[in-house]
This record gives sequence, structure tokens and C-alpha cells, in this order.
Amino acid sequence: MLPDKNGYFGIFGGKYVPETLVPALEELAAIYRQVKNDVVFKKELHYYLTTYAGRPTPLYFAKNLTLLYGGAKIYLKREDLAHTGAHKINNTIGQALLTLRMGKKRIIAETGAGQHGVAVATVAALFKLQCDVYMGAEDIERQKLNVYRMQKLGTKVIAVTSGTQTLKDAMNEALRDWVTNVRTTHYMLGSCAGPHPFPLIVRDFQAVIGREAKKQILRVEKRWPDYLLACVNGGSNAIGLFYPFYNAKKVKFIGVEAAGAGMNKPHTAATLSKGTIGILHGAKSYLLQDKDGQVSPTHSIAAGLDYPGVGPEHSYYKYTGRAEYVSATDQEALAAFDLLAQQEGILPALESSHALAYLRKLAPKLDHNKIIIVCLSGRGDKDMEQLKEKSNIKMTIYDPK
Amino acid sequence: MNRIDLKFKRLKAEGRSALITYICAGDPTLHITYELVLELERSGADIIELGVPFSDPIADGPTIQRAAQRSLKHHTSLSDILELVRKIRQKSQVPILLMTYFNPVYQFGLEKLARAAAGSGVDGFIIPDLLPESGREISRILRKHKVDPVFLVSPLTSSKRLGMINRNSSGFVYYVSVTGVTGARAGLPRDIAQRAPELKKMIKKPIAVGFGVSAARQVAALSAWFAGVIVGSAIVSIIEKNIGKKDLVAKVGRFVKSLKS
Repeated sequence: MLPDKNGYFGIFGGKYVPETLVPALEELAAIYRQVKNDVVFKKELHYYLTTYAGRPTPLYFAKNLTLLYGGAKIYLKREDLAHTGAHKINNTIGQALLTLRMGKKRIIAETGAGQHGVAVATVAALFKLQCDVYMGAEDIERQKLNVYRMQKLGTKVIAVTSGTQTLKDAMNEALRDWVTNVRTTHYMLGSCAGPHPFPLIVRDFQAVIGREAKKQILRVEKRWPDYLLACVNGGSNAIGLFYPFYNAKKVKFIGVEAAGAGMNKPHTAATLSKGTIGILHGAKSYLLQDKDGQVSPTHSIAAGLDYPGVGPEHSYYKYTGRAEYVSATDQEALAAFDLLAQQEGILPALESSHALAYLRKLAPKLDHNKIIIVCLSGRGDKDMEQLKEKSNIKMTIYDPK
Repeated sequence: MNRIDLKFKRLKAEGRSALITYICAGDPTLHITYELVLELERSGADIIELGVPFSDPIADGPTIQRAAQRSLKHHTSLSDILELVRKIRQKSQVPILLMTYFNPVYQFGLEKLARAAAGSGVDGFIIPDLLPESGREISRILRKHKVDPVFLVSPLTSSKRLGMINRNSSGFVYYVSVTGVTGARAGLPRDIAQRAPELKKMIKKPIAVGFGVSAARQVAALSAWFAGVIVGSAIVSIIEKNIGKKDLVAKVGRFVKSLKS
């Protein structure tokens, strides 16, 4: 069973944090161990996931997209239909219940695209917790709508102006806040990254995606899928889909990273494809860095994929060959966005669009009897403003003559 | 005995506490850092901590974050800083520790770094994001080369961990006086008087206290309880205010002298 008791997935993971955080991480691990198999906790979690978050989310057969590509059958796991518009709510409900059990009254979080931030702000309102969310100033600019949503939910959004002003720096600032206020505050980390036990806890709360997909695909197809496809940066939606299939060795995992303007360009966010092993934000994992160990700036059109690290379990999957990691550029993601909108009437998040982009390479070369499940991790409403600025929207003017 | 042990032994005989000063190497330039180290020693610093800048310093407040940024602007590397210490050693035998984060150390290579550090005259390493349980390998390698791994204790550290930190540290143990990041604070944490005796019971090495110490009266008060007192951000802030001025080094020297009065 991974991680081991010290939080390692093979050589990846662990706990690389200031001493001040040790008691809080130990407390969190202990509470989680206690409740993990506790019937009351499981019932409570199930209650909120079903009555509040709208689970189970559908597994939708994308007929038009399948016909268009002319190869494997494509199913979409519709996390975009979960409350708040992305898979992030699965984790925040779980961690909110842990926060209540620890008796802490304040939560903090980092956010990139704002999807995790909105999910945190949502549970903060629901469970009456004080909430501060750190967000890079550049991301605030890209994802204004989500900033406004958080504020309406009663959360204070704190702009981070240090470093690259994106997710990495928001996480630095959240960690600094946590070191300072750790006695009263829970850090609600949003991805399967960070120090142990976060990668374990976030993975377990997100694994509901894969567990549902398993049941749903068996019901309609009477067999396992051949491929699971998800976008990866921190990698929580991907690990959530992959993990329950871990022992089904015939099911291939493909994670799609953000290549930004292209893999030959200096700045991407393709950590697993271009990174080397290093230590950032509490864990040993692949990392985009220079030869001196300074963390590299990243670029992706998707604010939620713009992080130079990756969850340690993905590093382990790559290292052991359990999963394959590929990449999609900004342009490929934008094309996939448009295609899903036109073919299926679904606006995907720019993050999820990276997973969809890889379908063009994968689906056509597979037989009709093969099955791909794509994690449609979030909806694209939040991206409309950013997209609008990029393109001149053509209006059809009604002319009565 | 290395330079750190000798220094604490001598100070103990004199009935004094060590004044430990932190500056970030390469802020504003490596040459000024060289001059600053010599000036710090002349002004009464007993031990020097040289910061090795890292892009994501999660244990540091704004003052030291900015210093690291200034240094990284001209790509100061760990190799440059080892070279700097080698140069300082031709003039001074003041104990020098490097303070940095684990990633630059890990990328350099543990064995290679320990050998190079010993060769340059570095006496120890302080790595605030490295816990003793995650740092067993580096501790062993550093000790093999007679370089001290210094681990940190926080106000929240359990007594069970105190013993473990004591066993894994050499030279001294770093007591982080508050829950928080580095940076000057006006007062002293109220619980420090109660905490000191417990720490001394569990830790059989000199204990140096840092984070938030910025004024002479704090240094004096803390010296009564601890074998060493660390001042960082307050000095870095004087450097920041005097960048480009001729008397930068002299001003830092005057401030450090004032800490001892």
C-alpha cells in the first residue's frame, strides 16, 4: 500500500517542511487514519457528496466526438457537472469534515485557476469556517470571475505579488501563513502534492471519480476501459480517476501536461516530461528547475496547469512506467475546447481541454471496440472572459431586410 | 573540534553567549558579502550564517525573500558561495554556516557538497525545510566530513522529537522562537522563559535562538537563557536600505556593534 508510513511512493513524496509544521501534519495524518474506515465519517462524506455536490457525476458517451475521430469509443467523466464546476469539491468536502474533527476554525488555501479556491470558499460557507485564499496576481487577472465567486462566498482572496505571481507563489504564501497560524488553521491543500499526508488524503478523496467510473463503465460496456486520459499538473483529477484502476494492469493511464507555447520553448508546465527530481513544497517529486536547483518559471494558457511541480504519486507512476505522460500545447488545447463545444455542446475548462486535445492523437488509431475514458475535470465558464479577450467574437446581426 | 565547537567552548569559559549574524550571500554582490563577513566579525559577530538564495523560500519573511531575489538576479550559486568562503578563510577563521533550502543542496549532490564544503572551510549547514528524519543521509555524510548538520526546534516541537533533534544535530541546535517566518518583531515571545529550561533539559548541545530578534535589548534578554542569539532580517534590512551607498559595510558594522551593547 502506497504511500508507506513515512509518506513515500518509492523514492517520491515524504515530508520536507519546517519543524513548526510537524505537529499539524501528524495531527492530520492521525485524524485521517481514525476516520478513514469510520462508518459515521463515511456516511457523512457520502451525504454531502450526493446531496450537495451532485455525485455521482455522469459518465457520458461522446457519440459525436467518437464518430468524428472514427476510432475508439470516447466516454467523458463529467466532473464539470459537480457543484462549483470541477472535481475540486470532492477534496474540499472531505478536508472540511477533517477540519471540523480537528476543531480548527480557520482554513487557508492556494489556488491557480480559482477552481480549488471556489471549492474551498464553498465549504467554508457551508461549514462556517473563516477562509483566506492565496492567489497569484497574474492568475487573479486571468480568472477574475472565480475571484468574484470566492468573494461572494465570503472568502478573502489575497493577491500574491512575489515571484512569478502564479500558483507556485500562492502556495509559498499559503505555507508561510500556515507556519505562522498553524495552531488554529488548517491548510486545505488542493492537489495531490505537498508534504505527507496531503498526497494520500487528496488522492483518496478524489478516488471517488475512478470508483464511480468503474461502476458506470461496467454497467454499460460490461468491461474495463482500455485507456484513462486526464490532464496533469499537480494531478488530483488524474490520480482520482487512475488510482482505483491501479491493479487493473491492462487499463493504460495517460496524463496530459501543459506544453505552453510548445515543448521546444523555454517555459512549459510539463513537469514530468521535462523536469528532474527535486524538492518543492514539502515533497520530493519531478520539478522544473535549473542546474542550481532554482525553480523555473512556467507557462500555460490554463492557470490551473501553470505549476512547476507535480504530485509525488504521478512521479512514481512515471518512474515505474505505470502511466505515460504526454503533453498538449496552448493551441491544441484551444482547438480541443472549440471542438467539444461544437460537437457535444459542452464547454470544457482550459485545463481539461489539454486531456481532450490528446484524443486527436490517440482515438483515431484505435479500433472501434476500444474504450477511452477522459476526465472532464471542470467546466469552461470561468475561461470565457480570458477566451473572449483572445478572439474577436463575430456577432450575427439580425437584419429584417 | 571544529570552529563552531571551539567557539562555544571559549564563549562558555568567558560566560558569554554567541552573537550569530545572518546575511544572504550575493546581496547585493558576492564581493560586498566578502567585505561584510569580515566586518561582521570585526564588529563582534561570533558566528556567521550565510544564506544561499533559493527561488521559493517558504520559511522566510519578505525581508529575506527580497534579499534572495536580489542575489538570484545575478545567478548566485552554491558553487560561487563555496568559493567565497574559501576566499574568506584566507583572512578569517570565524565559524561559517550555510543556510539554505534542501533543493539546491540536493541538486548539488550530497557527497560532493559535503566534500566541497569541508574543503572551502564551511563549518555547518542549516536547512529549514529538512527534518532530521528526512535528513538522515545528509547528516551522516556531513558528519563524515566534519561539517555540522544543525536542525531546528520550534515552539510546538514535542519533547519526544527534542531528543531526536538533539541526537541528529552537531554544533548547536537552532531554536525558532515563534511559529512563523523570519523577520524582525518588536517584542519577545512570552513563553520563552518557560520554554528555555525544558529545552535545556532535553538538548545537550548549545542552543541558539532566532527568528524575530532585531534589537540590543532582545539580544541581552535572550543571552541570559541561550548559548547563542541569531539576528538576520534586521541586518538584511540595513543592507537593503544602503545598497549603492559607500558606507553600507560600515553601517552594518555599527549596527552589529550596537547589538552587543
